Formats: sequence, structure tokens, C-alpha cells
Amino acid sequence: MTAPVASTPRRTATPRRTGRTPRAFFWMVVPAVVIFFGLHTIPVLTGMFFSLTNYAGYGTWDLVGLSNYVNLFLDDRVLNSYGFTFGFAIVSTVLVNVIALAIALGLNARIKFKTAFRGVFFIPYVLAILIIGYVFNYLFANSFPAIFESLGITGLSGNILADPNFAWIGIVITTVWQAAAFNVILYLAGLQTIPGEIYEAAGIDGASAWRRFWSLTFPLIGAYFTINMVLSFKSFLQVFDQIVALTNGGPGTSTESIAMVIYRGGFQGGEYGYQMANAVVYLFVIILVSFIQLRFLQRREASY
Amino acid sequence: MSAALQGTEALRTVPAPSPRRRRRRSSVNGGTNWWVTALIAVCSLTVLIPLYFTIITALKTPDQLGGTGFEWPTSVRWENFSDAYQLTNFPRALLNTALITVGAVVLTLLTNSLVAYAIARNMHKKFFRGLYFYFLAAIFVPFPIIMLPVVKETALLGLDTPVGLILLYTVYGLSFNIFIFVAYIQSIPIELEEAARMDGASTWGVFWKVVFPLLAPMNATVGILTCVWAWNDFLLPLVVLSDPSAQTLPLAQFIFQGQFNTNYTVAFASYLMALAPLLIVYVIAQKWVVSGVMRGSVK
Repeated sequence: MTAPVASTPRRTATPRRTGRTPRAFFWMVVPAVVIFFGLHTIPVLTGMFFSLTNYAGYGTWDLVGLSNYVNLFLDDRVLNSYGFTFGFAIVSTVLVNVIALAIALGLNARIKFKTAFRGVFFIPYVLAILIIGYVFNYLFANSFPAIFESLGITGLSGNILADPNFAWIGIVITTVWQAAAFNVILYLAGLQTIPGEIYEAAGIDGASAWRRFWSLTFPLIGAYFTINMVLSFKSFLQVFDQIVALTNGGPGTSTESIAMVIYRGGFQGGEYGYQMANAVVYLFVIILVSFIQLRFLQRREASY
Repeated sequence: MSAALQGTEALRTVPAPSPRRRRRRSSVNGGTNWWVTALIAVCSLTVLIPLYFTIITALKTPDQLGGTGFEWPTSVRWENFSDAYQLTNFPRALLNTALITVGAVVLTLLTNSLVAYAIARNMHKKFFRGLYFYFLAAIFVPFPIIMLPVVKETALLGLDTPVGLILLYTVYGLSFNIFIFVAYIQSIPIELEEAARMDGASTWGVFWKVVFPLLAPMNATVGILTCVWAWNDFLLPLVVLSDPSAQTLPLAQFIFQGQFNTNYTVAFASYLMALAPLLIVYVIAQKWVVSGVMRGSVK
């Protein structure tokens, strides 16, 4: 589960000392490459091509140059979706990683019923986020307002999902609830690779837990932190399912994510070419962001 | 980059986080930390309460719905489940989801490990090394850019079916799976394979008889990840499947939203039935699932 960049492949010994590759090795990869190229690379390339056309998804089309790309930057709906998606992804990534790391530290401490708690925290991982979204939708619309009302907090007694300014908070809560599970397990795996003796060797056994965390534990799981930050940010930028279940992009278009705009415009709005331009921009944004994150975060990792 | 590299290199030989080591350490350092235990117990309620809510709401009669909804049901309406069963055509959706998931897991394990093996053992050759980076680069390609064109393509090729979905899961999981399989295969000593070859085994024979059995721990990890992904996925079946009778469990929940209308108890019964199969499997195989996922992250 570590990042692709983390492992530069080692040069292993040649399978045959003579150096000739047995033909079987080619037969093992060639069909996979052909199918992968057909179902992954070809769609990307055709998509890039159609981003230069005014194709509606049906009928005829003409090449229109870069005008789709120009129009993207003038389109409030698209700009709004980028703003929402990035804000959502940043807040969710930070919350998921902070909460997951805190829970993993707790699970790694000397607690009772360790395995049972670990099992509980991992449950949301096996549940479909779409269905979780429907459950939380009901909670936000009915249960939480009723609870706040009975507590006398009238400011929070409305449905948060119906408020254009705060609906995103409901989406973040649902997402964090579901996504923290996987990150807890990854951090726990990271924490368990740290030998207990290292704390004694470092001679800070008497130091406060806070100090031990920042000067030893955190640097030692730096690689896990980097990977989790990059992977969760990338997956949150593709948010779709939970929005369908919670707000369906509303109220208005205030919680429309980029993936949702591409889906709606491309399939229902007759904007195939235009949304492909959107998707190409989106691709480059994701690549750029991933690399910036990797460079920035890896500078602070410790090696041992 | 180098730090992460050293991390993975160092960890590669550690098979799995050893529970024995933890236990020894805790016994040396003394007793249980009850404060943290209590804190973790409270935090675990945030996970359990929404599940409790889903279950009790699915059991209630519609007139018990008001208030906060957390109250214990006074009378149980089992018809919620039979209503949901018929309304969403549950058995068909369950069967579709199960077939797609099993197909995707089996095909993924058989093919992805094979490709990773050929790449891992020929990494010094330009062709295979190039392939490795070609597959890895795809990790950074977001699905929405593939979404519109692949729907046209699958429709054209007649792959807008459960079989097509199985193929798509196998292909789209390839990047990530190759990454973790290759790292694992490189930690297996090549001498085993050479010995088998001395005995006259072909390259295929070496893979199926020697390497594939050794991959069992990684196969478990990849199998779990693929299973959860294929079972719960919503967007890919939504855009790819054209025949309504082929719909999967999450898709059925989406499509029948309008028909549930304000009939929340039936809707929740339907949600619970859609969540239950994987949840039950998880509860039974909990230790195995968690350690499988942890093993994948240590590689």
C-alpha cells in the first residue's frame, strides 16, 4: 500500500544466467498489456482527442481547437466545482489523517480488548459509501435536528444538508466516518513496525508522551503519513458516491464535485467534448498536486 | 523519496507485524492503560451508533419514526424486509453483485500476479521495466477522465454487462496490484525457482507450482481489497451496465430511492440487507481481513 514512487525496483538476478528472456515471460505480460491499453489508455487518448471537439455524445462533431479549455475558465459551475472539491478534499484529508493517526496510537497503546476495538474501527471500510450516505442523510435531516432541538440549541436544529453554506460539512462528516477506517489500519501497521527498544535506545524513556510522539514516533512513520496523505487526497478529489446520496450536488450546485459535473454534463447535458476538456484539466491537476505533495512531505521523513 | 525507499526495503523482509512482540513489550512495561482504553471505547461508539441506528430503523413501524430516532423499537415490523426484498428485487441484485465480485477477485488473482511475476523477474530488461512504470503511471489517472470514453467503448464491444465489469475491475486494479505483487515477489529468493527449473519445470510450471503458492499472503491481501472494491462500487456499474436486470446492490439502492419515497423503514431494511452480506463475512473473518490489509501496507 506504499506509494508507487516509494519503490524503485531493485535489479534482481537474471532468471537465467545466459540472459535470454524465456518466451513465456512475454506471453505472461502481452495479453495484459493489450487489454490494459485497450480499456485504459485508449479511453484516455480518445477522451483527450474529443476534448478538442464540440461532440455532444451523439451525432456529428467538429474540431474546435482549444475553445473548450478557454470556456472552462469562464464557466462558474466548473469553477465552483473545483473550489468545492478542493476545499472538501483538503478538509477531509486533514481530518481523516489526524483522527486515524490518533485512533491508531490509542489502539497501539497498552489497552484492553485491543483486537475487538481494532475490528470495530475497521467496520466502515467494508460498507458501501453510497448506502452510508443514505443513512447519514436521514440522520442529518431528522435525528440530529431533533437532538439539537431537545438540547435547546436552535441554531443547529435545521437540516445541515439543506443549507448551501454548510451542506459540505455533512459530506465531510460522512466521508471521514467511512474513510478513517482504512487509514487507522494503515497507521497501525506503520506503528507496529517500530520496535519498542528504539524508545529506550533513544534515551527519552522518561520524556512526555507528546515529546516522544513528535521526536520519534511521527518521524518513524513518516513514509506512512506521506502515502496516506497523498492517497486519501487523491481519492477525495474524485468524490462522487456520498454526494449523490447526501445532497445530489445541491442545494443548487453548491456541493457539485468535479466528477459529478463531468458525469452530468457528459452523460445528460450533451457536453461530451466540453466535459472531456474538463477531465483533461482535472487529470493534470491531480498529477501536479500528487507530485507537489510527495516532494513537500517526503522532505520531512526520517530514515532509519 | 530515499527515506520512503529505505522504509519499504527494510520492511520487506518483515512478514507481518508480530503480535508476540507487542505482548512481550506490554508485559515488560506493566499494566493496562485504562484511560486510553476508555477513550478508545468512547470513540468506537461513533462507529457503532450509526450501525445501531440503521438496524433499529429497519425494524420499526413507520409511526415509530419521529423524534431523534434512536429509541428502541416498541414493536417490530418484519414486513419491512419482505417489502424491500420484493421492491428492489433483492435476490437478483445480490446474485449479480456476488457474481461480479467473485469473478473480479478470481480473475485478478490469476492474472495480476502472473503479470507482476514476469515484470519482477525481468526488471533489468528495458521492456519489462518500461511496462512497470507504464502500469504505475496509471495510478495517477483519475477515473472521471476514463468514464465517458469507456462507456462508449464497452457499449461498442458488448462489454456493458457483468462480464465487462469483471474485466474492468481486473484491468483497473492492475496498476496497484502489480505494485504490491512486484515488491513481494522480489523478496522471494530466486534460488527456489532455479531449483525447480533444474528439475525440468517450464517458466509456466515454475510460476504455478512454485511462485503462486508462495504468494498466498499477498493473494489474500489483494483478494480482500478487490472484493470490497467490487462489492461496494457504485459509479462503474452506474455508467457501464445497460441492462436493468444486471444491476448491483448499491445501484439498486440508488435506483429505488424514488420508490422508497417517504417509506423510510422499508428503505432502511433495504440498506441493511445490502450492507449485511459483506458485514457478516467481515465479522466472521475479522482478524484475517484486518491482518491481510495490514500486510499489504507493510510491503
